[in-house]
Amino acid sequence: MSLSIVELCVGCHACEAQCPNGAISAARPAFVINPDKCTECLGDHDLPQCAEICPIEGAIVDEFGEPMNPPGSLTGIPLHLLHLVNGAGEGECRT
Amino acid sequence: MELPVISNSAPAASSGCSESGCGTAPDALSHLPDHIRAKVQDHPCYSEEAHHHFARMHVAVAPACNIQCNYCNRKYDCSNESRPGVVSELMTPEQAVKKTLAVAAAIPQMTVLGIAGPGDPLANPERTFATFRALSEQAPDIKLCVSTNGLSLPDCVDELAKHNIDHVTITINCVDPEIGAQIYPWIFWENRRIRGVEAARILIEQQQKGLEMLTARGILVKVNSVMIPGVNDDHLKEVSKIVKAKGAFLHNVMPLIAEAEHGTYYGIMGQREPTPLELEALQDACAGDMSMMRHCRQCRADAVGMLGEDRGDEFTLDKIDTMEIDYASAMVERAKVHQAISDELEMKRALKAAPKFEPEAAAEADAAPPLSVVAPSVPATRPIRIAVATKGGGVINEHFGHAHEFLVYEVAADSLRFLGHRKCTPYCMGDTSCGDGETVLAGIIRSLEGVEVLLASKIGFEPWGNLEQAGIQPNGEHAMEPIEEALRAVYDEMAAAGKLAPVAPSESSAATVAAAA
Repeated sequence: MSLSIVELCVGCHACEAQCPNGAISAARPAFVINPDKCTECLGDHDLPQCAEICPIEGAIVDEFGEPMNPPGSLTGIPLHLLHLVNGAGEGECRT
Repeated sequence: MELPVISNSAPAASSGCSESGCGTAPDALSHLPDHIRAKVQDHPCYSEEAHHHFARMHVAVAPACNIQCNYCNRKYDCSNESRPGVVSELMTPEQAVKKTLAVAAAIPQMTVLGIAGPGDPLANPERTFATFRALSEQAPDIKLCVSTNGLSLPDCVDELAKHNIDHVTITINCVDPEIGAQIYPWIFWENRRIRGVEAARILIEQQQKGLEMLTARGILVKVNSVMIPGVNDDHLKEVSKIVKAKGAFLHNVMPLIAEAEHGTYYGIMGQREPTPLELEALQDACAGDMSMMRHCRQCRADAVGMLGEDRGDEFTLDKIDTMEIDYASAMVERAKVHQAISDELEMKRALKAAPKFEPEAAAEADAAPPLSVVAPSVPATRPIRIAVATKGGGVINEHFGHAHEFLVYEVAADSLRFLGHRKCTPYCMGDTSCGDGETVLAGIIRSLEGVEVLLASKIGFEPWGNLEQAGIQPNGEHAMEPIEEALRAVYDEMAAAGKLAPVAPSESSAATVAAAA
C-alpha cells in the first residue's frame, strides 16, 4: 500500500516536509515516495498528508493510479477549460 | 520654480527621486516616527527615494505553499515573466547565501535581501530561517525581509524576532471570509485541506493575529493587497483602515495580474484586471494618512538589482559556482559606497531646502513696480495626467517605441504628483516584433487611459497619429530635459493656450476645482 508521485509534480517540496514517515525524497522530474516507507499516513493522520497539501491536480496517485486530487478539484477551474491551464505551463512565455 | 509636491501622506520634506528614475519623489515616509523612518528610508521597496540608489534581491528558497490563491499558478515557471511567484531556479539555503554574497560584492548598492517565494517563505521555515541565520552571521550589512500569506505567521514570530528580521510583508486581501472564499480556494491547516469560507476565516484570523504580534514586538509590517475588481476592490478600503489601526506602517495596493496564458484561475475564468485609473482611485482612497508605494514593481521571487530591473542572469547557479567571494573586503567596499550614497542624498536634500537663486525674479523686483497690481489669483486650470518615457536619470530620455513602462504624473497649476507607472510591451522591440506594432500600440494606448500628454525623447510618425487620435498629445520637444521642469513647461504652455479650462460647467466652481487640485 503506497501512494506515488507522477511527472505532473512541480517539485515544490510541500509534501516532503509533511510526510510522517520520511518516505518522500526530492527528485526530478518527479519527487519519489519510497513504497516501503509509505503507510498512506494510517495511524498518524486521518488523511494522506502529501495528497492533502499537494497543489497540483493529478500529481499524486493511489495504488491503482487514480489521482488523489482529480482535475478541477484544487483550482476550481471547470473541466472544459482545463486544457487552457495545461497549455500555459509549457514554455509559452511571453517576452 | 520650486514645486510643492503633494505626498500621499504628510508634507513632503524632500524630493530625491528627481535625480533619476521617477522624476519626483514625495518623501512619503516623512510622517513616520523617526525610529521607523530610519529603518526604511534606505530600503528600495519602501522608500521611493531610496529605490533609485539602493538595490534589492530575492532568493527563491521557499517553494512550498500552504494555501492556494486564485491569481497564482504553481505550475508556471518562466524566465521571461516578471511577476510574483515566478522563478527560474529554486535554490538551497547554501546556494542562496552564496548568491547573496556574490551579488552583494558585485552590486554594492544591494542592501536588502528578501525571501518571497515562489511559495510561502513561512511554509518553508527550515529553508527560510537557515538562509536568514547564515546571512545575519556572514553579511550583517544586509537587511533581511520576508513576505508571507500569514497562515503560519503566528508560529514564526518568535523565530523572526530572533533573527532580527525587522521587515515583514503580509499579503492581506480581505478581512471578510465571504470575500476570502472568492480569492482562496483552499488552505492546508492542521493536517488537512480546508476549503471555502472556513478556510478564508482561518487564514484571516492568522493574518490579523500575526500582524498584531509583529507590531507588538516592534517588527515593521507592510501589508500588500491585490486589487481584484468586483471581488475585493471596495473592501480594501476597510482592510486599509484595519491594518493601519493595527500598526502596519505601509499599505501597498497592487493590481491583479490575470492573463489567460498564465493559467491561473482568474486568468482562465476571465476575471479582469483593474484599469490604471481604477487602481489610482483605490490607492488614493486607501491612502488616508498612510503612505502607499506607488513605485512598487511587483517583483519576481528571484529578482536581482534595482527595482524594475532584473540582473538575475548574471548570477545563475553555474556562474556563482565559479565565483570566489571575499566578503570581508567586499563589506569594506560596500560601506564606502553606502556612505557615498548617503552623502549624495544628504546633499540633495540640503540643496532642495536651500533658497533658489532666481536672477530674473530679482531683477524684476528691483525694477519699477508693475503698472497695475494684479491680485495673485489661483489659475483656473484643471489637473491633467502626463506620461513620461524615461530610462532613469530623472530626464526624458527614452524613445516612445522602446519604453517598457511610462511614468504617470498628475500635474496641476501649483503641484506635481507621481501617480505610478504603467507597464507595457514596447511598441518596437527591433525588427522581429515590429510587425505586431498595430496591436501592441493599441495595448499601449489602453494602458495610458486618462493620460492627456505623453513626453518621450522621440516618437515615430505612426504612433504619433494613433496617440493623437486617442486623445493623447505626443510631445518630443523636451528630450533630455529634467522630468519636473518639462512637466511644468508643458502644463503652463497648455494653460496659457487655454487648453486646461476646468471641466466644471460654471465659472464659480473653477476656483474650487483648482484649489482642490
